[in-house]
Amino acid sequence: MKEQDPVERGPVQRDPVELVRAAKAIDGFPSGSVLVRGGRVVDPTQSQLAPLQAQAAAQAQASEGAATLDAVCDVLIVDGVVEAVGTDLEAPEGAEILDATGKVVIPGLIDIHVHLREPGQEWKETVASGTRAAAAGGFTAVACMANTQPTNDCRSVTEHIVEEARRAACARVYPLGAISKGLAGRELAEFGDMAKAGAVAVSDDGKPVENAELMRRAFDYARHFDLPVVQHAQDMEVSGDGVMHEGEFSARLGVPSIPAIAEDLMVARDLLLLEETGGRYHVQHLSSGRSVELIKQAKERGLAVSCEVSPHHLLLTDEDVWKAGLDPNIKMNPPLRSAADRDALVAGLLDGTIDCIASDHAPHHPDEKQLDFSAAPFGIVGLETMVSLILDRFVRSGHIDLARFVELLSTVPAQLMGLPGGSLAPGSIGDVTLLDLECKITVDAGSFESLSRNTPFDGWTLAGAPAGTVVSGRII
Amino acid sequence: MAEGHWSAKHLLGIAELEANDITSILDTAESFREVASRPIKKVPTLRGKTVLNVFFESSTRTRSSFEIAEKRMSADAINFSTSTSSLSKGESMLDTARNLEAMAPDVLVIRHPHPRVPHQLAGLIDSSIVNAGDGAHEHPTQALLDAFTIRRHKGTLEGLRVAIVGDIEHSRVVRSNVLLLRKMGASVVVAGPRTMMPRHAEALGAEVAYRVEDALEGADVVMMLRIQLERQGNSGSQLLLPSTDEYFHLFGLSAERLALAKDDAIVLHPGPMNRGVEITSEVADGARSVILEQVANGLAVRMAVLYLLAGVA
Repeated sequence: MKEQDPVERGPVQRDPVELVRAAKAIDGFPSGSVLVRGGRVVDPTQSQLAPLQAQAAAQAQASEGAATLDAVCDVLIVDGVVEAVGTDLEAPEGAEILDATGKVVIPGLIDIHVHLREPGQEWKETVASGTRAAAAGGFTAVACMANTQPTNDCRSVTEHIVEEARRAACARVYPLGAISKGLAGRELAEFGDMAKAGAVAVSDDGKPVENAELMRRAFDYARHFDLPVVQHAQDMEVSGDGVMHEGEFSARLGVPSIPAIAEDLMVARDLLLLEETGGRYHVQHLSSGRSVELIKQAKERGLAVSCEVSPHHLLLTDEDVWKAGLDPNIKMNPPLRSAADRDALVAGLLDGTIDCIASDHAPHHPDEKQLDFSAAPFGIVGLETMVSLILDRFVRSGHIDLARFVELLSTVPAQLMGLPGGSLAPGSIGDVTLLDLECKITVDAGSFESLSRNTPFDGWTLAGAPAGTVVSGRII
Repeated sequence: MAEGHWSAKHLLGIAELEANDITSILDTAESFREVASRPIKKVPTLRGKTVLNVFFESSTRTRSSFEIAEKRMSADAINFSTSTSSLSKGESMLDTARNLEAMAPDVLVIRHPHPRVPHQLAGLIDSSIVNAGDGAHEHPTQALLDAFTIRRHKGTLEGLRVAIVGDIEHSRVVRSNVLLLRKMGASVVVAGPRTMMPRHAEALGAEVAYRVEDALEGADVVMMLRIQLERQGNSGSQLLLPSTDEYFHLFGLSAERLALAKDDAIVLHPGPMNRGVEITSEVADGARSVILEQVANGLAVRMAVLYLLAGVA
């Protein structure tokens, strides 16, 4: 096999100082200071309390494997940028004080897979409501998919989303551009133009790129802009008109099914293409154990592949679909798979094969989900349940520690998409999430900030919850 | 009328029934069977009751069978089908339920191409619901009439070996029959080409065979399924079946193959038959075929179900 460009194997190479400057230019950071005081600061990108004048560049080189910063201290943000992390920091004159006593303070969480539905389907979600949901769920930034109406396949639509976000957002919004015009899978969209307008990656999410030649060209072309090519991996012929995982329960229910191999085939094909073309490949919402294995092998061979998993695929299986009596609120694509697949996903998360967690927040209006299971649209909302689900089921249970939690939901997502954030090192963007590890919540879909209510987690009682966000020094 | 022990609000599937419920429905059907032999085939059992037959998927036989059963019991029977009603599969379940409810029917007989729609409606509606087939999930009255027919010939279901042959994956008849026969102590073997077998067929609760001969060997009952070229799921019929001719050679029930079954084995088919595809005319019209009895028994079983759900004792 060909050696892949070593640069492409690392994080997307964008100068962190440049990223902050670019974000500042778009968001127009507020002037003034915020002191987040007295929280337990956890940041895997820093190994010790940084000296006051430390530069971001130096921090970015903090050696891997070094002990994580985990200490009760303060975070000072000045003009939208982290100025200092330390004990007993003095609040500059006029600084807002955010008391974080008893809370965990971490780099702002980033969800790289959401659907904001704007433009075109504002009855499901808007940039404003979706980012309110993000903020309520503890996220300071989201990356939104291109399957809007019209499709985000050209500069003017990208600009519209960026503009809406600037006006209304409670969280930073990074659009993904489409791979193909109109998501039709025939012609490449204008990657360069969209990137200029703010697109951070390209994806036809909602649909796979079925045509192998188009995918090959997408990998080629995306390299000009160092854009990750992000794939919803599904062989549409194999999945057919399926609506749930092919397994024991689809057999018993007589429900048309989506075999796991529909995902595996597409992942395997794309990895072969990637090996030939080079570039960055990111697999969305992994659901199949075999795909985890394929990606693990590809990483061992040195390919620049990354992948995400959603909380629902980590926590639920096709048996839950059966138990829920085919409730449309437990229908999504890829479908919930077998317990063996779920176990392989968890193992992949723990051994590092899976790079990050993303919600695939897919709002649908309650009217649309009132159809029967087969007729209802695929997708569930996730922004407002993800943090508590992962804290309760993975952190509290001891499967992952808080530092790993930050990596999975902030540091790595930022690296994969080349975003500012993911760190509280001085010079980083002033995005902070607060967590309350002790509080018990009961999920209540009726009180979501999202315009939609489609979740299978309604009524779940969970320990640990987001407790506020700061976006570029603005307390949300 | 015989007293049934089964009392429930709905007949959604065989999954919801216990063995003694099934026995009580079959026993009740025995007494309704006699009605068909009278010169005037009508009883007043459901007089003043309204029964809506709501078919979201085309059906002639099942719908007619229900309709005749309802009329013989003096119910006011009204048919809705997708072609004659504005109810469509895109309408929300709640709206569908409310629309049907607004007509204040006593019983709704529902067929829908999607699994568990009747179950979902049952949670939203006051009327009794009879599932007349939901996708490839269940078809409880078919399984009951098959059991009724078998019991009349064999005296009991317990200990019988039943072979079901055809497109197992896409058949609601199979799912309901396997559930019912297992609950009643019969053993079931399903057989068909691998392309028509669900990939986790063992989850159905039956033995699985891929040669029709293996399934027929020693069978007391042989149930042949209709090969539905128009409904072959995901992939189009040509992917499941190269030709009906090849199907016949591999899985069709001929007199020679039937000889593998027990000497007194009976042959069932839910109809309508494709002669020369899943069954030869010789077998279909032969002495061991009980296919037309199934049709007659379907009336008695459906009368029994309606009586037990809505009848005034």
